[in-house]
Amino acid sequence: MSGSSNDQSTFDGGYNYAYLDEQTKRMIRRAILKAVAIPGYQVPFGGREMPLPYGWGTGGIQVTAAIVGRDDTLKVIDQGADDTTNAVSIRRFFARVADVATTTRTADATIVQTRHRVPETSLREGQILVFQVPIPEPLRTLEPREVETRTLHALAEYGVMQVSLYESVARHGRIAKSYNYPVLVDGRYMMSPSPIPKFDNPKLDRSPALQIYGAGREKRIYAVPPYTSVKSLDFDDHPFEIERWTGCCALCGSSESFLDEMIVDDAGSRLFVCSDTDYCGSRTAATEPAS
Amino acid sequence: MSVALLGDVGTGFDDPTHDSQRTFRAVLNAFAHPGRIGDLERTPNPAGPLCGASAAILLTLADGDAPVWLAPSFDQPAVRDFIRFHTGAEIVARREDAAIAVLSETDAGYLAGFPIGTDTYPDRSATLLIQVPSLDGSAPRTWRGPGIDGRIEVSVPGVPESFWDNRRADRESFPCGLDIVFATASRILAFPRGVAVDS
Amino acid sequence: MYVAVKGGEAAIAGSLDLLADKRRGDRTVPEISLAQIDGQLTLAVDRVMTEGSCYDRELAALAVKQARGDLVEAIFLLRAYRTTLPRFGASVPIDTGQMIVERRISATFKDVPGGQSLGPSFDYTHRLLDFSLAVEADRPAAPVDPDATAQPMAHVGAILEREGILEAPPAAREPGDLTREPLDLPADRSVRLQNLARGDEGFLLALGYSTQRGYGNNHPFVGEIRHGPVPVSFIPEELGFAIEIAEIDVTECDMVNQFAGSRDVPPQFTRGYGLAFGHAERKAMSMALVDRALRARELAESATSPAQDEEFVLSHSDNVEASGFVQHLKLPHYVDFQSELVVVRALRAEVESRAAPPALDRAAE
Repeated sequence: MSGSSNDQSTFDGGYNYAYLDEQTKRMIRRAILKAVAIPGYQVPFGGREMPLPYGWGTGGIQVTAAIVGRDDTLKVIDQGADDTTNAVSIRRFFARVADVATTTRTADATIVQTRHRVPETSLREGQILVFQVPIPEPLRTLEPREVETRTLHALAEYGVMQVSLYESVARHGRIAKSYNYPVLVDGRYMMSPSPIPKFDNPKLDRSPALQIYGAGREKRIYAVPPYTSVKSLDFDDHPFEIERWTGCCALCGSSESFLDEMIVDDAGSRLFVCSDTDYCGSRTAATEPAS
Repeated sequence: MSVALLGDVGTGFDDPTHDSQRTFRAVLNAFAHPGRIGDLERTPNPAGPLCGASAAILLTLADGDAPVWLAPSFDQPAVRDFIRFHTGAEIVARREDAAIAVLSETDAGYLAGFPIGTDTYPDRSATLLIQVPSLDGSAPRTWRGPGIDGRIEVSVPGVPESFWDNRRADRESFPCGLDIVFATASRILAFPRGVAVDS
Repeated sequence: MYVAVKGGEAAIAGSLDLLADKRRGDRTVPEISLAQIDGQLTLAVDRVMTEGSCYDRELAALAVKQARGDLVEAIFLLRAYRTTLPRFGASVPIDTGQMIVERRISATFKDVPGGQSLGPSFDYTHRLLDFSLAVEADRPAAPVDPDATAQPMAHVGAILEREGILEAPPAAREPGDLTREPLDLPADRSVRLQNLARGDEGFLLALGYSTQRGYGNNHPFVGEIRHGPVPVSFIPEELGFAIEIAEIDVTECDMVNQFAGSRDVPPQFTRGYGLAFGHAERKAMSMALVDRALRARELAESATSPAQDEEFVLSHSDNVEASGFVQHLKLPHYVDFQSELVVVRALRAEVESRAAPPALDRAAE
């Protein structure tokens, strides 16, 4: 469909750089600095209405828009993949309004905006990982009221979550929480790591990269500085553990990565492949003979 | 605001959008790596005693929603005019109204009165820009905390001993607290509230 | 060998082209104009302006056209445009007492100074489909009432206020602005009203209705509903005095509610307030009912019903937020689902291994 009237991927100088006006960027930048200074604490910010729907990454987009510059290289993933439709849509948005180079290679990116995954490739110092967050409050499913949860954070009173996890152990013999698994940041604030699978939680701990989390609809920004302790909650007799697969990736053979399950025929046959398309692709490229 | 009433307002950024973006990233990097010195590539040319780095940070963070407090040594027409003309920020007389404050290293011994946030809203706290002549040359201190890989040796010359004592005491108020950026002509070093300084 | 699905980019471009095509519809039918939407689907435009928080009939009509008549989508389009506009300042509060009313009714008195004026209303239409509208025809203009006077009318409430039996409106003060500041609870009434004015009409209608059915009843009477144009004034800093910059149509509802009084305050009527752009009585009335319900705590009433729950109401009223979050479930969630599959399969395997009798026992039988 080249030449379509709906081409939305070339730079359009008619908008303010990175879409947001400068005053809004300053407001978000001030919030981000406070978020970095108070690791894991949710900073309220005057979230703006973005031209993409709430729940589709408006928080992450506002964070990226406030930090991105012409020197950056941006990678956008959803479910670990660069070519899922929402990742494509967000990447096109920034190509259109921010004149920024984009990449699918984790190693080449200065900013990685993500929904639901942390890349398999280890991040390095200087990289910024921007998470899209639907519900920033880790206690929300246990206590729907903001007034209450704000007080619990002030008091660092997280017994309600411990009880919830313990009930899970009592019922199932293990902590049956698989994603959006709560963490404690620098021993102080309980934090939602966003709905990443718990498989990714260990990558957050003492990561050399800066993590910034944006929740647009709920108007909260929070962050984890580099080299900061991010501990997944657990019990001495039920330590935190991640998902394991018995097989390996059907494409690259990795047995280390998070695998997506594909149903490949009507009989329900299964195949497992890496969720991280860049990781998988670079492994496949490395093993294929040059043609 | 009438431009005619202002004196020499200095010059701001050549390219406000992109220069402030670059400055912000340098400040963000400094906050993410406390104790590590960052360089600002593009600094404005302010009038009066403001140094280039603190002027750049003011242009990047101050505006009508982020009022600025000036220590007496900075509270002079050239500085006021520079800030008001280039940022539109209100200059406030009371420390408790400040979102951003500008001080010199000798003012750093007494930091009471600035908002440190509350237990429920620790973010409602001031950010202090403390101008220092340089960022090396004095006996280093050991910093630890979020953003620091183990520990880092930091030297901030000219800051009075009482500053470090107060800072150690204020660490007890965490998550409330003040976030500090030390600034020279073109270099910055951040000291967010979570950092612990070995005695 | 399995080949990963690719081509998100092309798929999106194709989807956008199909959408544009569907929007135009049957090419043998003339394309609808913004003037037609504004002039003939007026109430749709009014709703989009109200909940879109932006008074511009042409932009709202464009949004309705672009959204193919989906008003929540149109509201979203207008909001997203609004947020990019520079802000020059706040207008002087509009004075609905200056309104040249096109419609004005009070349910609390048989007659009121200035009179009851039905104006254009669905109220007394028989809801019979009018088949004459199915074909284009010349439609006669409504006759002009020779006695109609274009004079502002005093508010009905003001008369009761003078008697002290109705609470006076709160003193004016600087209002908050939800589009600049995050919601902070408990919220100021000005912020609540802003939230309700932007809130989804259907949500407020249901909540207002629930108060009538006993979930937080506050015994409402329509003190007055008025609709018509009002001037908008602005004080430019360099002039220092107000100049009229626009005229907008609004609908205002002043709902009068019972209040038992307390030890210190004799029984008195209280108010709920509703205001919407254009002609939107259902919205203004629902807003007034919910506004009053949200004052329960302030008036020392028990607050146990949904419409009285400030955090619940204010957090869920916005249809742009709600629509986005409900519809985001369409986005891929297969990573989290995979994570759940791993856990649920493991749990099921454990249960099954416990349920199966141990092999040794069977051998012994």
